[in-house]
Amino acid sequence: MSYVGTIVKRSEGEGFHSPGPGDFNLPPVGSDNTFEFLGQTMYLGVTKPMLQLVLAAGLVFWLFYAAAKKQAMVPGRLQYVGEAGYGFVRNSLGRDVIGSEHFMRFVPYLFALFFFILLNNLFASIPGIQFPTMSRAGMAYGLAALSWVVYNAAGIKKHGFGGYLKLQTVPPGVPAPMLGLLVPLEFLSNIVVRPITLALRLFANMFAGHLLLILFALGGEYLLLHGATLVKPVGILTWLLFVAISFLELLVQFLQAYIFVILTALYISSAVADEH
Amino acid sequence: MEGSLNMVGYGLAAIGPGVGIGLIFAAYIQGVARQPEAQGRLQTIAFIGFALAEALAIIGIGLAFAL
Repeated sequence: MSYVGTIVKRSEGEGFHSPGPGDFNLPPVGSDNTFEFLGQTMYLGVTKPMLQLVLAAGLVFWLFYAAAKKQAMVPGRLQYVGEAGYGFVRNSLGRDVIGSEHFMRFVPYLFALFFFILLNNLFASIPGIQFPTMSRAGMAYGLAALSWVVYNAAGIKKHGFGGYLKLQTVPPGVPAPMLGLLVPLEFLSNIVVRPITLALRLFANMFAGHLLLILFALGGEYLLLHGATLVKPVGILTWLLFVAISFLELLVQFLQAYIFVILTALYISSAVADEH
Repeated sequence: MEGSLNMVGYGLAAIGPGVGIGLIFAAYIQGVARQPEAQGRLQTIAFIGFALAEALAIIGIGLAFAL
């Protein structure tokens, strides 16, 4: 149901209205024009997830710029943390996955991607913001499209267009009759489905986590205020579980950022791998 | 009987990833038990496998709400 409908029905207090995808449709900051798209009310204008995206980009740049500015031989605290973060991405995500020959070309992209996704995910746990930007599907798909362009371009640049397609779609050591079945399947799996699952994994994890948190918070409130007296302790229990799941969500946020970047690195490494 | 068929579908869809993740971490625990020095390398692989298997369950819950 739409966002406005959710608010109105919830304030009327007839029973418990479970949260749905309409709760993720945040109203715009400023102008109020709306239009209908596929049955959902869409808002023209700048919304909170858009502002969060820009804020995350600015924060990541500012933090690492401040960490790298002094360039002291013996690092202070901020520089140490910045170097630890950069070293983590460069070593375990770049060098160990892509190999020590080609990895440096891709490290800037992987580094920016990791901390950008991480900060956007962490926005779901920061009080005041409390909305994971990647729970808006378009943002996850945009990043996955960028990763798709990067790994395909890297492969085409190294092997040429035909050679790259052959590398991705023809597995070595397969007898000729099976190739007719395998080549379309491999093409679909390596070139079409990979960006979709990359984005869908990130988006659905953030969406489901945030939905779970809304459910526990609103459910606890409903049980406490509108439940029978015997049921009220269950409301408190629900809120305790809300706190526990918030910690789980922190873990999931780190994990999803890590998985997105390590899968991008794996796709890049399989694209620039030498032929057998 | 009331309810949402979407959620029944999600419940069924969560069986596969549940079994899969159990298998992945069983293999990880056995591998670390046999050779504790391999923990770092195996942990990376375990987490990649976990995320790939979990993705199916997450796609299930996502589509259960959206469709």
